[in-house]
Amino acid sequence: MPGVETFVFYGLAALILGGAGGVAFSRNILHAAFLLLLTLSGTAGLYFFLGADFVGVAQILIYVGGILVLLLFAVLLTNRIGDVRMSNRNVGYLTAVPVVLLVTAFLTCAIALGAWAHTEAVPAPTTARLGDAFLREFLLPFELVSLVLLMALVGAMVVARRAVRDRGDASEGALPAEAVSGPAPLGTGGTP
Amino acid sequence: MTALLAAPALASIGLGHFLVLSALMFALGLVTAATRRSAVAILMGVELILNAAALNFVAFSHYSHGAITGQVFAVFVVVLAAAEATVALAIVLAVFRGFRSVDVTDVGTLKG
Repeated sequence: MPGVETFVFYGLAALILGGAGGVAFSRNILHAAFLLLLTLSGTAGLYFFLGADFVGVAQILIYVGGILVLLLFAVLLTNRIGDVRMSNRNVGYLTAVPVVLLVTAFLTCAIALGAWAHTEAVPAPTTARLGDAFLREFLLPFELVSLVLLMALVGAMVVARRAVRDRGDASEGALPAEAVSGPAPLGTGGTP
Repeated sequence: MTALLAAPALASIGLGHFLVLSALMFALGLVTAATRRSAVAILMGVELILNAAALNFVAFSHYSHGAITGQVFAVFVVVLAAAEATVALAIVLAVFRGFRSVDVTDVGTLKG
């Protein structure tokens, strides 16, 4: 008799695979972005299922709350909203499908043939041990990843700023007015 | 269906279940990244692939006597995916302003 965990696992797996299939085959890119939400939330559910509470919360906060919103911004900024059907055309099924099937078969063979350990895990919250690991064994990667985040932040700003400046140069008349009116309230407010 | 679930290999959730699920998610992400023409959709495929890898890390961590290293790596994967998405979407917006398109087959020149 299958237990509750079996149903939870298969439910979350169906959610994940349904969402991922939608992302792969949906004809509307906005639908694909929203279906990605199902996959990311289902993965977060599996993290909770596996006892990784901190990773699950991080998944929801960063992926669902951050990356997905960013993707939706990009979809809405780069497609003409007036179009009823936002095109999401595909190309190269002829080469892509055999390669993907080959990779999947290879992975399945590797999983089926491997002698995986079947140990019973301890169902305990892992946040405290995770924080301990970050500040002891993984201190250097932890600090390095903060540097990477800073570089990504600055890099994204530089790239996006150049795009905005290019647009300002294209429309000559609007730029000086913006430049004058922009810092004016700050300057008058600062000096008594 | 119940007979299928009552089989011992399917009824008790083990490491293999997570590995197969993650392999399928990886394959669907690969399909997305390989066949889409929109740069944003390709990025979605990359996110699927990264998620599959992170799920593998957490599953291995859970089924190896609760070792914490896999979860540490999953957190790093999530953080690096966020950094990657930020920069990639900034690039997508810059490309869109230059080419008025995010179709990767239209963007054929590097000189702005």
